[in-house]
Amino acid sequence: MQKLSLRDKIKEARISAADSFRGGKLMSSIFRPGSPFRKGYVDSPRNRSYVVMNNVLYHLHPVKVKRHGVRLSYTLCLGGLSFFLFIVLTITGIWLMFYFRPTELAYVDIQNLQTSIAFGSLVRNMHRWGAHLMVLVVFLHMSRVFYHGAYKAPREFNWVIGVILLLLTLLLSFTGYLLPWDQLAIWAVTVGGNMAGYTPVIGAQAKFGLFAGLEATTATLLRFYVLHVLFLPFIIVIFMAVHFWRVRKDGGISGPL
Amino acid sequence: MVDIPEHLLIRSAEARAKALGISVEQALAEMKGETEPTVVAKEPEVKVIDETPAPAAETPAPAAETPAPAASKTDTPEEVDFAPEVKVTQRLLTVVKAKPIQKPVAEPVDKVNTWPHLMLPEFVSLMAMTAFLILLSAILQAPLLEEANPNVTPNPAKAPWYFLGLQELLSYWDPQIAGVMIPLVLGVVLWMAFPYIDRNPETHPSKRKFAIMFYTFFLAGAGVLTIIGVLFRGPGWNWTYPWIDGIWFDDLLDWIHFE
Repeated sequence: MQKLSLRDKIKEARISAADSFRGGKLMSSIFRPGSPFRKGYVDSPRNRSYVVMNNVLYHLHPVKVKRHGVRLSYTLCLGGLSFFLFIVLTITGIWLMFYFRPTELAYVDIQNLQTSIAFGSLVRNMHRWGAHLMVLVVFLHMSRVFYHGAYKAPREFNWVIGVILLLLTLLLSFTGYLLPWDQLAIWAVTVGGNMAGYTPVIGAQAKFGLFAGLEATTATLLRFYVLHVLFLPFIIVIFMAVHFWRVRKDGGISGPL
Repeated sequence: MVDIPEHLLIRSAEARAKALGISVEQALAEMKGETEPTVVAKEPEVKVIDETPAPAAETPAPAAETPAPAASKTDTPEEVDFAPEVKVTQRLLTVVKAKPIQKPVAEPVDKVNTWPHLMLPEFVSLMAMTAFLILLSAILQAPLLEEANPNVTPNPAKAPWYFLGLQELLSYWDPQIAGVMIPLVLGVVLWMAFPYIDRNPETHPSKRKFAIMFYTFFLAGAGVLTIIGVLFRGPGWNWTYPWIDGIWFDDLLDWIHFE
């Protein structure tokens, strides 16, 4: 028998230590059966089901999906990407909240963010372009659903929720538009708020409620800030939960055509 | 003979009277053995239990040649013959069509495991989107103009790009129509109610040409209006050409250049 070199012995010890760690009590208490992180994971139909069933995040998905639905050309991943962009925006948005005050200082805070905070410019850009992308992707998702006729029975109500989600996305983007407190922000919001002022009967009230006054001021800034970081995300998450749940309950992905 | 309660006797006599078409008193008398039992010439017709009326015709009416009830012949055992065409020892009561009680509703569907067939492409597309977003953010600087000043109105003042189609409409029509009724009625109510208006169950594009045309028309209209609003409107909301007069949309200032 060949004698092992010291190097091989160390390698063997390392592998067996890693194995006993992965098979140990700690790891098997963290990862539920079927997890690829557990020792002895094999690619079996049973484990493929467990991967989905035993994970809180993957559990959004059913264990099995229709074969035509996993083709990239069918959905273009647009619904998933909308959700993903929402998550990216949540993460970058929380990060931005550390450096932002919705007062007269808002503009200075944005300037500081861009000039003197590590990655400040990048994260702000990601948040802004990500928001534009999300509006676009949500709109494209709606178009995809329409062209596939996927809003038809039994999915009618999920389409209604989807339209609400699109409106909430627009509102989130619109309320965020004011926050940099520069000339672009204040006048875009003034134009948008004046449009709301044309609402029949309650136009003046709608405009006053939106602006927290007669025109865009720092009071509007605070109002939009609270709507943007707390109220609208709270509402949209509820509708998103119902939307995803209904996708499952209405029989998964629509089609095939 | 065991005493049968009177009310039960009457009830069964009534049933018998109804079945044979005789009076109740006669049936009662027959049952008590006071008179000769009525001989029925014809057996009751076979009843076919079936939801569909059509197949009733294919069941023969076996009652016609059946002899009188066995009861009247039990006193002649020597005549017993096992040939079925002579003696009928059993009769057809009902014909139940052979079909399953439970109908299978769900057809088998061709399915694949979510892991890895769905989650892997999903993961790759998330990574691609992340890479694209980081790259975009590294290249393109988000605009930041001078500090907000309510006293200085930029000309033109433009809404965010997704509202610019509406702003463009506002320049054509009365604001109550263009700014509110169109987005509210067309954009929200009609849009949400669409699945309830379109009752055509077909999903294939060739069988729902009107819906496809409608949506494409909307998409093209919204796209054209938005592009006009973003690129072709300058000071005073006058028509400008981006390659002559430049871009009048600050969101785009830093990343589209025409020479």
